[in-house]
Amino acid sequence: MTVLAVDVEKQLGALHLRMHFLAAGGATALFGPSGAGKTSVVNMIAGLLAPDRGTIALNGTALFDAAAGIEVPPYRRRIGYVFQEGRLFPHLSVRQNLDYGRRMSGQPRDGNEFDHVVAMLDIAHLLDRRPGKLSGGERQRVAVGRALLMRPRLLLLDEPLASLDAGLKREILPYLVRLRDEAKMPIVYVSHLAAELRRIATTVVRVSAGSVVASGGLELLDEADADAAI
Amino acid sequence: MANLLDLSPGEWTAVALSLRVSLVATAVALPFGVAVGWLLARKNFWGKTALDGLVHLPLVLPPVVTGYLLLISFGRRGPVGEFLYDYFGIVFSFRWTGAALSCGVMGFPLLIRPIRLALEAVDRKLEDAAATLGANRMAVFFTVTLPLALPGVIVGVVLCFTRALGEFGATITFVSNIPGETQTISAAIYTLMQVPGGDQAASGLVLIAIAFSFAALIAADWLGRRATFRFHGE
Repeated sequence: MTVLAVDVEKQLGALHLRMHFLAAGGATALFGPSGAGKTSVVNMIAGLLAPDRGTIALNGTALFDAAAGIEVPPYRRRIGYVFQEGRLFPHLSVRQNLDYGRRMSGQPRDGNEFDHVVAMLDIAHLLDRRPGKLSGGERQRVAVGRALLMRPRLLLLDEPLASLDAGLKREILPYLVRLRDEAKMPIVYVSHLAAELRRIATTVVRVSAGSVVASGGLELLDEADADAAI
Repeated sequence: MANLLDLSPGEWTAVALSLRVSLVATAVALPFGVAVGWLLARKNFWGKTALDGLVHLPLVLPPVVTGYLLLISFGRRGPVGEFLYDYFGIVFSFRWTGAALSCGVMGFPLLIRPIRLALEAVDRKLEDAAATLGANRMAVFFTVTLPLALPGVIVGVVLCFTRALGEFGATITFVSNIPGETQTISAAIYTLMQVPGGDQAASGLVLIAIAFSFAALIAADWLGRRATFRFHGE
């Protein structure tokens, strides 16, 4: 089973970020208020941001190790990343966007896998369009498909529903639950909304002001609600 | 109109030479323009201000001065010219290649400016996304950065090309005005104007020059709009 081990430290302006957690199979929620450092940690896992100190390892292999001077560049990590704003390439069609990761990592074309992902996310009718004309929900589904089709070892989703209204969220969540159950890789799911995470998370890492304050099961989401009520 | 465009063989030679010089100048300058534009847009390094000033110098110097500087450095006895001749057999002085060099140098600032601005405007977050999808830095540049900056590159190419077509001062100073070798449209018009009644003879070339410039502007507009449309279209 794939295991992600994160133990990092970084000074980000006024925020001293210091996080230590594990993520194994299923969907691990990084849960906490805005500004807690969730996105920064996810960027560190992807290789887009270097920690000041610490280690990040996937299946026992270091992706980052400050002491040993190891920093694997993002393009060699094979970690899928779904960004909050989708970040689809505007100059490429949806099909080319979906194919981008496979092409760049030099993997052979697999028509079955492509068709399967396209069907699961229900984006077959969008393939020849350009991202500029997609709705928010369509864009995020394509972004999920693009990350999946690079065959990542780990999937990062950073507030993938944050830019969508309630109706679209209800529309996309089932796709993500299906993804969790069908994909064979662990998922790290960042959100500040307990309701959203209750649907998708299997374990919860609660963060606040740059630190992990608790980790465990879904009951942590209820505690957070109770905290918020006080 | 018909007899206005009734050019002599020598004038047609000047037209063909102008096109060749401008095309070669733009094509050779383009990769350097993209590289320097990228350096100026994305990197901070010692001497950046000096490089920025150097490439923009031809825009503000009197063209005759640029031509003079090219002559003393790229002429057969100049330090660069001598090296290029000894090791690569390349000669610039009094050849069409020299005309292309001076046109490229004169057009370079106009080429770089829009490329630099376009590269600065490219969303770095899209480059990060490409990196997480397995693209190394070179692949990111050629599949994301450069295509997104394409409208700026097209504008730069057209400005450089039209500047090269119209170049006169630096070229005539550097490689003189030799029919069939370095006499471009501008130089040919100038030569005709030196003869009494030559303004009549020059009118054909003048019309050609106007037509080329218009065509280049229209082409730039069309290409630019097509490239931009691709980002928003269906």
